[in-house]
Amino acid sequence: MRILVVEDDEVLLNGLQVGLGFAGFSVDVVSGCADAAIALRTSAFDAIVLDLMLPDGSGLDLLSHLRAGGTQTPVLLLTARDSVMDRITGLDAGADDYLGKPFDLDEVAARLRALTRRAAGHASAHLVWRDVVLDPASMAVTRDGVFIRLSRREFAILHALMERPGHILSKIQLEERIYGWQEDVESNAIEVHVHNVRSKLGSGVIETVRGVGYRLAGSGT
Amino acid sequence: MTSIRARLFLILLITTGIVWLSAFAWIYMNTRAEVERVLDARLIEAARMVNSLINSQEISPGKAAALPDQTPKAHTPYDRQLSCQIWALDGTLVARSESAPGQPLTDSTAGFSETVVDGETWRVYAVENDALGVRVMVGDNLRVRDRLVRDVIRGLVLPGLLTLPVLAALIWFSVRKGLAPLNDMARALELRPASDLSAMPDSNSPTEIKPMIRSLNGLFARVNTAREHERDFTAFAAHELRTPISGLKTQAQIALTSDTDAVRDQALRQIIVGVDRTSRLVRQLTDLTNAENGDMDSGGGAVSAGMLMRKIAEDIQHHHPTAARIAISDELENTPLRANETLFMLATRNLLENAVQHSPADQLVTCRVERGAHSIRVLIEDCGPGIPEDELHKVCNRFFRGRNKTVLGSGLGLAIADLALRRMSAQLHLQNRAEGGLRAQMRFQI
Repeated sequence: MRILVVEDDEVLLNGLQVGLGFAGFSVDVVSGCADAAIALRTSAFDAIVLDLMLPDGSGLDLLSHLRAGGTQTPVLLLTARDSVMDRITGLDAGADDYLGKPFDLDEVAARLRALTRRAAGHASAHLVWRDVVLDPASMAVTRDGVFIRLSRREFAILHALMERPGHILSKIQLEERIYGWQEDVESNAIEVHVHNVRSKLGSGVIETVRGVGYRLAGSGT
Repeated sequence: MTSIRARLFLILLITTGIVWLSAFAWIYMNTRAEVERVLDARLIEAARMVNSLINSQEISPGKAAALPDQTPKAHTPYDRQLSCQIWALDGTLVARSESAPGQPLTDSTAGFSETVVDGETWRVYAVENDALGVRVMVGDNLRVRDRLVRDVIRGLVLPGLLTLPVLAALIWFSVRKGLAPLNDMARALELRPASDLSAMPDSNSPTEIKPMIRSLNGLFARVNTAREHERDFTAFAAHELRTPISGLKTQAQIALTSDTDAVRDQALRQIIVGVDRTSRLVRQLTDLTNAENGDMDSGGGAVSAGMLMRKIAEDIQHHHPTAARIAISDELENTPLRANETLFMLATRNLLENAVQHSPADQLVTCRVERGAHSIRVLIEDCGPGIPEDELHKVCNRFFRGRNKTVLGSGLGLAIADLALRRMSAQLHLQNRAEGGLRAQMRFQI
């Protein structure tokens, strides 16, 4: 799941990048409104973590601008100002959630999972497809009750496909989703990961749609 | 004496007492003089009356002398006041009244005199009747006169003394009543919670208390402003500390959960940077408070700008050994400045720290001085990225961190420098140098 973090404090920015990476997110970071606007124009993100006080403007303005432009991406405001009034202002400006500093890294991750889950239209924290159960919080996958160990990337690919069982995701979309900007992506990386998932879960789960991308088996018919 | 009530009471009581005493003394003297005048007139009248009776032969002096001495009867206090004697000019007692003594009442031949006879003092008026060869003496017992005056005064003083406690009570009550508004105010102030700094109503208070209430309200307003300012500042500071603390916490969580040494080391290094920055922020917050509230007189003596800047430069280089070096011009070394040392050091330290942090490590930060007709300008020039022109006017705002910020920047340094200089009636002027970098100018009036 690809997240954009907008925060001007370098130590915190680095912490969020590394910490959310541990939680299974692919994290891109920027430290100002202008950079964030550019990032949002060029890439698709599953969620945005936004600080309110940025050197080149207010996060609220960026948020209002995003919402006015029709962007639906869930936004988690992360700010030192967390009085009730501030929270109301933030939520009314189009934020989906609000977290006061200092926060717990695990809580940020949990809230991001909840936000993306809701945005994808799921109520349950677990994604279920046939006998495959995926738990984003613990990054655990079971098939028929048997725990299956997946790497972070493999998990991310399965997660992306299970979020929308009917949809076909192209190789580019998957790459965007599981890799940040700074990461070097081997040209066949996605094929390798899909191959690994198939060998671990069994071949009947991920289906290749030739020339288009991947989807969960049998969902298109 | 600290109680206004007791003081007023005592003053009123003493002054009333003095007025009363003076009144008594005056009445005493007056009564005495009046009694004397009236009784003297009566003496003259009585003497003349007896004289005229002798003249008209209604009294025979010879018969009168034969009267035996009669023992005195019971008398009222004012009886036996008058005595009358008729003496022949040759010294024989011709006649005397009932209460009169045997000896002559006076040696004086005519007019008023006072004599002591048998231990009694008499006021005597004598008339000589040359035709009949007798002298008429009419005497007034002074003891009786004194008693008369005393009785009059006693009649006045006794009720006075008896009403004194009542008067005291009335004074006490009046003073209490009169001071009630003061008590009310004291009670209102006493009941006030420490947080309540609203103005006291002064519309219904007496004119004497109004100025005090107004002064108090003025004080309340000033305290309130100071407190609000402090509260805002504390809130702002707390708010500013939250972000670095979040960073520290996040990095600590990473260090705890990571099982990779490289990641853990990186997180720990970030924590150290975070702690450095947070402690600098805390130091700067204290500096800001000091620059704002410290008791510093700006008219202090001269400081050696160069010497102080060298001291700060050494300290900065001690803490940041790899950062850009600071060069101080010789002319600056010999420049005395009329400034407060503490404020000057606050301003300079923050400007120099900024310059060093923004400059490439291989470039010099130079400090020099320029003298104008009305001012001495101390310049600090770095070779860093400068400040974007659109940010120049707001970089002195507290917690403003522009685009060209450093990891350690808190957004307070320039605010502190600006404030410290303004407190010395000096100005901070920032401009981007044409050759790149920032020129910070501290302008001191001569």
